[in-house]
Amino acid sequence: MTPEEERQIRARQKSRSLVTGLVLVFLVILFFAITMAKIGVSDAI
Amino acid sequence: MTTVTFDSYRMPADWRDFIALTKPRVMTLVVFTGLCGLLAAPGNIHPVLAFTTILCIAVGAGAAAALNQWYEADIDAKMKRTANRPLPAGRMDRQSALHFGVGLSFFSVVLLGLATNWLAAAVLAVSILFYVIVYTIWLKPRTAQNIVIGGAAGAFPPVIGWAAVTGDIGALPIALFMLTFFWTPPHFWSLALFVKTDYAAAGIPMLPVVSGEVTTRRQIWLYTAIMAAAAMAPVLLQLTGLIYGLTALVGTALFAVFAFQVYRRRESDQTRMGPERRLFKYSILYLFLLFGAVVVDRWVLA
Repeated sequence: MTPEEERQIRARQKSRSLVTGLVLVFLVILFFAITMAKIGVSDAI
Repeated sequence: MTTVTFDSYRMPADWRDFIALTKPRVMTLVVFTGLCGLLAAPGNIHPVLAFTTILCIAVGAGAAAALNQWYEADIDAKMKRTANRPLPAGRMDRQSALHFGVGLSFFSVVLLGLATNWLAAAVLAVSILFYVIVYTIWLKPRTAQNIVIGGAAGAFPPVIGWAAVTGDIGALPIALFMLTFFWTPPHFWSLALFVKTDYAAAGIPMLPVVSGEVTTRRQIWLYTAIMAAAAMAPVLLQLTGLIYGLTALVGTALFAVFAFQVYRRRESDQTRMGPERRLFKYSILYLFLLFGAVVVDRWVLA
């Protein structure tokens, strides 16, 4: 593996990790909102 | 897959290629009809749960698209239109696509079940399995009527949206299912007339390839007649009101005029397919209009 390839792979891993992180943050918020809606304190959000 | 080298397998796929795998453009119509099914249903649903339902329908459709491309990677590689998709182009390995598709399928079904009810989740699961197993694996390589049956997979969203609100499946979502089901053949075959995908090279028996263009034009007309009956059924059965009734009447009449023009023509020159293009474009607008009218009807009359 050349340094250039190594750099490309790292860049791709980084962007994938970032997107995965954002999706997880979104899911945390979504699951919290669903929980609030299901237990009937929907007026609070 | 001779173009795939050892290095490109070690290179992790770009996240954008995972998005491409879900066919986001096909998703818009599915999301819209699902939303209309949800909004037309009697009863109330919490906005967060309504959002989750639509999200699950979109993710489920994306999962089905990913599994479709996982299975058809070899076929896609043989056709110009699809050769640049992530798998045939070698930008992603097949196993990643399989894991992604299966993962999203389970995730969307379980999330929908937990957020709304298990009937809606079951219909979503059936629609994914139908698209992947009945359509992609079983019928698409075997019969020229493949997209007719495959259209059923695209007709499920309004049923899912409705079931998420009510917990049951009423007559209206079944009518909307039938409308989308019989709308698919004229919609898809009009496209097939002016976009010559090299299906023959890939061994997929698409109707214009197997039976010729004259038969395709006749079948477009035939399915348009059945679709017209399905379009008028909701108002004749008094499931919807006058707004839908008038929209369906005018919209379907126009659809029939365009379909009849396509039926009567004997043109095979690719550069002179004006009426075919018009029917295809109008068919998309038509479905949006009719589904929109169902919702307007319900909210105006309520």
